[in-house]
Amino acid sequence: MGLLFSFFAVTALIVIVFIGVQAAHLHYLFGVIIPYAAFLTFIIGIIYRVVKWGRIPVPFRIPTTAGQEKSLPWIKHNKIDNPFTSLGVIVRMALEVLLFRSLFRNTKTELRDGPKLSYGSTKWLWLGGLAFHWTFLIILIRHFRLFLEPVPIPIEILEALDGFFQVGAPVLYITDLIFLGAVTFLFLRRVIIPQIRYISLAADYFPLFLIGAIGGSGVLMRYFLKTDVVGIKQLTMGLITFSPVVPQGIGIIFYIHLLLVSALFAYFPMSKLMHMAGVFLSPTRNLANNNRAVRHVNPWNYPVKVHTYEEYEDDFRDKMKAVGIPVEKE
Amino acid sequence: MYNAGKIIIGLLIFVGLVAFPFVYSGGKATAKPDPKVDTPEILKLAENERKCVEPKAYMKGEHMVLLNDWRDWVVRDDNTIYTATDGKKYTMSLQNTCMKCHSNKKKFCDECHNYTAVKPYCWDCHIVPKEKET
Repeated sequence: MGLLFSFFAVTALIVIVFIGVQAAHLHYLFGVIIPYAAFLTFIIGIIYRVVKWGRIPVPFRIPTTAGQEKSLPWIKHNKIDNPFTSLGVIVRMALEVLLFRSLFRNTKTELRDGPKLSYGSTKWLWLGGLAFHWTFLIILIRHFRLFLEPVPIPIEILEALDGFFQVGAPVLYITDLIFLGAVTFLFLRRVIIPQIRYISLAADYFPLFLIGAIGGSGVLMRYFLKTDVVGIKQLTMGLITFSPVVPQGIGIIFYIHLLLVSALFAYFPMSKLMHMAGVFLSPTRNLANNNRAVRHVNPWNYPVKVHTYEEYEDDFRDKMKAVGIPVEKE
Repeated sequence: MYNAGKIIIGLLIFVGLVAFPFVYSGGKATAKPDPKVDTPEILKLAENERKCVEPKAYMKGEHMVLLNDWRDWVVRDDNTIYTATDGKKYTMSLQNTCMKCHSNKKKFCDECHNYTAVKPYCWDCHIVPKEKET
C-alpha cells in the first residue's frame, strides 16, 4: 500500500513536469519559483523543527551505554562509550554522526530449529547506510560546481577523485554507482525482509523512491540524455545571485531532476529525514553519563517553599535552650 | 528554550552552510561563457560549408562521447577514417581535424569547460596548441 502510493507519488511528480514544462511551457515556475519556494521551506522548516525540539525540557539523563560507567578508580572507565565529560560526548557524537556507530551494533534475531533463539551481528544495514549517506554527501558537494563561480579548488579535487578511473566520457563518477547501488539495497531490504516490510510505511518508501529517482534522473542526464550544462549553470547562478534567468534549450530531464530535488527539499522538514538535525539532539547520545555526580533538577519543577533547619532554630531557639536541647547558633 | 546556546550555535552553522553559495557569489551576476567559432580557418570557408563533422546540436551534447570513441577507434582499432552521418569522411584526429578549424582552444574549449569545472584529460597526452593572445 505504502509502496504503491509512494511509487505513484514520485511518478506523479515526473508527470507534472511533462505537463508543466513540455506542454504548458511554465519554465519560470519550474525553474525558479518552485526551487526558491522549496529552498525556503527547507530552511524555515528545519529551524522551526529544531527550535520546537529545543523547547522541550531535557529529560533526566538516560544515556544508553555500551561501556563501563565512570566508577571506582580501579574499575576501568570507558571514556567514549560511556562519557563523563563533554569531550567524551563530542567524540561519541562525532563517531555517531560520521560513522553511524549505533548501527554498527545492529544485531539480528533468529528462531532456529529446536526451537532455539539465536542472535548474531549484522553489518549490512550499517554498510549500506554508510555508503548511501557518504556518497550522497559527496554528490551534494560536487554539485556546488554549478552554484559557485569561480569553482573552488577543493570541489575540483573532489570531482577529479570521484572520476579517478576515467571510464568513458563524460567521466564515470564512482559515487554515482555506489549511490544507486546503496539506494537499491536499502529499498530491497525493506521489501524482502518480512519484518521490515511489515513496519514500512509510505513515509519510508516515499523518500527512498524520491531519492532513487533523483539519482536516476541525474545519471540519465549526465551519461545518456545530455543536456545543456552551460545553460543549467546560468540558471543555477541566476538563482544564487537572485537575478533568475531561464535559458532556452535545457532538456526536460533537467526539470524533472529539479522538481524531484525541490520536492525533497520541501518534504525534508516534515519527514523522517529530519534525523539529519535530530541525530544531534538525541538525549541518549548527547548527554554525558554523570547522573551520580551532577544533580538533575527537573526543569518543570515549581519553586518549593522550604523551611530550613536554621530558620527552624531561629523560631524556637529560646524554647530549645530552655529545655536543654543543643543549638547550633548561640 | 533549553540549552539555547548550543542549539543556536548549531542552527547558525546550518544557516551559514546553506547561505555559503549566496555569500560566495556576493549577489553579482556572473559572466556567462561565450565560445567563439570565428577562427581564420572557419572564416575562410564559404558560409554553407561552415559545419562540424556532425550537426551542432549533436556536437554540443555528445562531443565528448565522439572524441572518446575516436580515441578508442584510432588507438585500439587502428581505424582512422570517420564516416559522418551525412556520408562525408574525416580523419579522426583531435589535433589535425578538430583543432584545424577550432584553433582557439582558450575561447572554444576552455570557455565552457572552466565555467562548469570540467577537466577533460585530452591534453594529458596531446600537445596543447600554442595560441597568440588576442
